[in-house]
This record gives sequence, structure tokens and C-alpha cells, in this order.
Amino acid sequence: MNRNVKSLWSFAAAGLILAACGAAPAAAPAASAKQVKVAVVMPSASNDGAFSQSMFDALKSVQASMGGEAGFKLAVSEGMVQVPNAAAAIRDYAQQGYDLVIAHGTQYGNSLQEIAKDFPNVAFAWGTATDTFADKGIKNVFAYNPRAQEGGYALGVLAAKISKSGIIGVAGPVEAGDAKTYVDGFKKGVLDTKPTAKVNVVYTGSFSDVSLMAAAAETHSKAGADVLTGSSQAVVGAIGVAKDKKAIWLGTQANQSSLAPDTVGASQVYDFSGIVKEILALSAKGTKGGTAFELSLKSGGLKIVYNDKISIPADAKAAVDAAIKGIIDGTIKPLP
Amino acid sequence: MNELFTLPVLLGVLYSGVRLATPYLYAALGEMFAQRSGVVNLGVDGIMLMGAFTAFFIVTNTGSLALGMLGAMVIGLLMGLLMSFVSVNLRAVQGISGIGLYLFGLGFSSLLFKRLLGSTKAIDGFQAIPIPFLSDLPYVGDVFFKHNALVYVAFALVPVAAFVLNRTTLGLKIRAAGMKPEAADSLGVSVAGVRYFCVCLGGVMAGVAGASLSIGLINLFQENMTSGLGFIAVALVYFGGWTPVGVMVGALLFSMVNAFQLWVQVKDILPSSYRDFVVMMPYVLTIVALVFGRRARQPTALSKPFSRGEN
Repeated sequence: MNRNVKSLWSFAAAGLILAACGAAPAAAPAASAKQVKVAVVMPSASNDGAFSQSMFDALKSVQASMGGEAGFKLAVSEGMVQVPNAAAAIRDYAQQGYDLVIAHGTQYGNSLQEIAKDFPNVAFAWGTATDTFADKGIKNVFAYNPRAQEGGYALGVLAAKISKSGIIGVAGPVEAGDAKTYVDGFKKGVLDTKPTAKVNVVYTGSFSDVSLMAAAAETHSKAGADVLTGSSQAVVGAIGVAKDKKAIWLGTQANQSSLAPDTVGASQVYDFSGIVKEILALSAKGTKGGTAFELSLKSGGLKIVYNDKISIPADAKAAVDAAIKGIIDGTIKPLP
Repeated sequence: MNELFTLPVLLGVLYSGVRLATPYLYAALGEMFAQRSGVVNLGVDGIMLMGAFTAFFIVTNTGSLALGMLGAMVIGLLMGLLMSFVSVNLRAVQGISGIGLYLFGLGFSSLLFKRLLGSTKAIDGFQAIPIPFLSDLPYVGDVFFKHNALVYVAFALVPVAAFVLNRTTLGLKIRAAGMKPEAADSLGVSVAGVRYFCVCLGGVMAGVAGASLSIGLINLFQENMTSGLGFIAVALVYFGGWTPVGVMVGALLFSMVNAFQLWVQVKDILPSSYRDFVVMMPYVLTIVALVFGRRARQPTALSKPFSRGEN
């Protein structure tokens, strides 16, 4: 190998190593006898302010409640956009003897189905999904699915109440999964509250294109929207534009108030901590899968969190409370 | 359909197109200089990410937009130097080393973000500066003259770049290094020096392109926030036939088609089952343009390392 080729490979290798550092599993202490070992594989960064962060925050919360790292070893592989890489990480964690491996993304389902069969003593969980593969003879997979339409509906009610222009902009990634149910629920919430309102919906076609999400928000703003919402880890782009245009942003998946405290009015928060605890309890008793969990307003897995720095009128909050009550008691159907 | 072809929508498409074109324009103009000198730098996206992070980090900590821009330019320069060293001195295969640089930027910006900031929070970035008199003009005032300084500078750089390339001795040396490096060398032009300069200039511009996102357009940083924007910028250089005006036209066209597809959705004039086709429009346009684009000005020594006596 000549000097130039060596240099080339060294350079490429340095890049790859640094790239790997950016998505490296979090360092964890050596396992002790009573320590529960949990690994999670996520499609975006653990601080994305959205889907991945909601799970990461829940795991950190459970870890804190179980005595910190001594009782709960947490390994995180983030930014796993490529499914084959994610599959390799899931398999690695299973081989290393983790008690629970969470594949946090619908796109990981097919891979998980193959891997779970090879590790019957490891509990796996994946979402957003409702299929535990029990009909295929697999007994060690849990599924979880946020009923995003519920919080979407409640935030839609809020949007209808606080919008002055009567025009509301929605920016989603792709028309599928919890992004679609959130958008559909949100739209219904707006129109049930204020039938004359206009809800403009845009899908960018990408979960990660921040720039396009910003352009979508800008388009909504030009179309007269003064309240915006959206789903996916790319919404930081839209939040930045909302701040610039003095619009109110309503978030979903994680509490997005910290991203722009003077812009984010409220967020629907996915709180996976209850589900994680339940899975660990079942796993400890020998049940490694077979249950599909749902995050809902009723179970407390979904929460509407207001940003104290944004003034929301009392009647708007009352309307949201009424909507939440209606969804919980079944008198309101959040999807069309 | 009639609702789509209205003046407000047309003005909205133009306004968004101009704003969206800005990061493409910085990155593609810089890459055009590198390619005109004979070096393809596929690491533009990685440099943009480093520029975006550096600018955001500095502004978050100091509140100074000028320092943020300076930081993005310095980091772009350093990464340009790295690419120059690998492609000019080591004569590495430029495509692969560019991808290595991209991965370096992607990973390192994520690593720095996690270690130095941990979470993101919107900042007060560059604000719109309405240009006196011009911004009051009906229609065009809103579209062209109510942007932030980074937008104006990006478009002002187009004639400057054209002048430098076509009307100066430096431009002649750049073109010669990309077209006939051995001839340029025989006339005393330092091909290595010219290529170093152009790749570093491209690095600085890519750094600014990243900053235009994180402290100009979006005012937030997120890991991998460019999402492949730098690769589109490289394609725009081909699209634009290696000319500044061509690059600008390509950036505007791509951005306006993107803005147009968003308006198509906002106006809800197509059934949702057709949305995917609408979203594809900018990328289909890029492919079509690359297939049918002009190649007359393509530097003949593009991506070929130069070494005196070996070419």
C-alpha cells in the first residue's frame, strides 16, 4: 500500500471514528448482580426535542427511580437512521445480555422480528407499533403506541381558542404513524371547536430535513397562520421560524418549551416511564413480551404541558380540560 | 387549481425561494471555485455542519453574531485546509476523501454539540433589514428587499464571483488550474497554491452556509441539521454549468420548486395520495437538470490530482 493510499484511508477512518463518537452508546458502569440492563436504539439524537428525547427522558427518569446507574445500566445508540446499523446494534445488545432492548422506531420492526427469535431470554420492545409478533410465535416482544391523536385533539382545541387569524399551520414529516394521527386529531380538534377556522397541512416528506421544515413554517406564516404545530425531530426548523414570526408553536412528543420559551405555548408529552417500568416488572417475572401498550391521556402516558412563560387565556385552558375529559370518558372521538 | 396561481402565492413562492436559496448559494459558489480549480469537495455538508455548530455555539455564549460568523469562517477555513492537504499534497481520490471529510464534520459537530451544549435553545439570529425605499416598492419590495444581511450578501457575491473568475488574473489562474494544469504550471502558475486557495475559499463559504442556517434562517442547532443540503449544493454546481449565475439560477429554481410544492399542499389542491409526487418535485428537477445540463464549462482536470511531470 503506497503512502498516498494509506493517507487516504487514515483520513476516511478518522472521519468514521469521529462519526461513531457522535452516536456512540453512552458509557455505562460495569454490571453488578442486581443491576437491570436496558439498551435503547433511536433514530435521532437523544436531545432532539421530539420522539427520541421522549424515550430518553423516560429512561433517565426510571433510572433515577431505580437508584441511578448502580441499579439501572442504560446504553443508548442514537442517530441510527440506517436500519441495518440499528439492527446490528440491537443484536449486539442482546448478545451482551441486556435485560431489555428497546427499538425506538417503527422502521426497526422487521429487523426486530428476526433478531428476537434468536434471543428468547431477552425482552424487546418497539414502537410506535401495536404488533408484538405473537401470531408469528414470537413471545419476547412488547409493543407501544402513543395515541397521539388524543393530545393532538386537545392542542387543536387550544389552537382554535388562541388563534386570532383563524388560520393554523401544521407541518408533518410523512403521512404515517403517530405523525399522521397527531395531525388528524389536531385538525379535528380545531374544526370541532371553531368550524370556520382554516387548518393548512403540509408534509415535508422527511423526518430530518430541518431546512424544509423551516420553509414549511414560513409558508404557513405567509398564508396567515399565527399558530403552528408539527411533528418529528425536524420541527426545530419550524420552531425557529415561529419565533421569528412571533407565532405560537404547539409541540408534540416532548416538552419543547425549552427550545423557544417565548414561542412554545404548550406541548403534548409522551411519557414512556410507566410503560418501561411495567415492562421491567413483567420481564422480572418471566414474561418477556406479548403485550401491546398504549400511551393515552387516560393512562397518564400522554400529558399536555403548558409553558408558564406564555400567557394562555383561562377559557382556552378550560376548553382543553373539557376536551381531555371528553376523550378520557369516550364522549369525544379524537379521530375523524 | 386557480387558488394556487394567485399573486399572494406567487409572491410567497418568490420570497421563500430567495430565503431558501441562501445556504445553497454560499455552499455552491464556494464549491464552484474549488471545482473550477480542479478539486471536487464532497465534504461540503460536513463543513456546513461544523460551521453551523460553531456559529451557534459562539452566539449562544457571546450573543455576538459577528463573532459567530467569524468562527464559522475560521472552522470552514481549517476544514478547507484539511481537504486541500489531502487532495493536493497527498493526491488522494477526491470523492472518497470528501466523503471522509463529510463524516468527520457530521460526527465531530454532533460530538461537540453533546459535550459543549447538550441541548438546544432558539437564539436571536440575523434579523431582517428592510432596504430603504426599495422595500416599499409594491410586490418586489417584500420579495427581495426585506431579508437579513446574509441573504443580501449571498446574492451580492454572485457578480463578485463572476468578475473574479472572468475578469481577473486570479480567475484566469483558477480556470487554467482546472482546465490545463500542466500548461498553467509551465507558465509559472502554482497549481497547488491555486487549488489550496480555492478549496479553502470553498471551505469558508461552506462554513458561512452552515451559519446561515443556524444563526440566520432557523436560529437553532440540531445534529445533522443540514440533512444532505451540502450534497445538493455540489449538484447545483453541475446544474449551473460551473458559472456563478448558473449556480444562482439553479439554487433559486430548486428552492422555488420546493417552496411551490409547500404551497400546493397549503392550498390543498391535490388529493393527499398525490402528496408524495409533489414532495419529489425538487429532486426530480435536480436529476433532470443534471442529465440534460450543459457540460461545456466542466473543468477538464476536475478531480484529477496534479503533480509536475506526471500529468
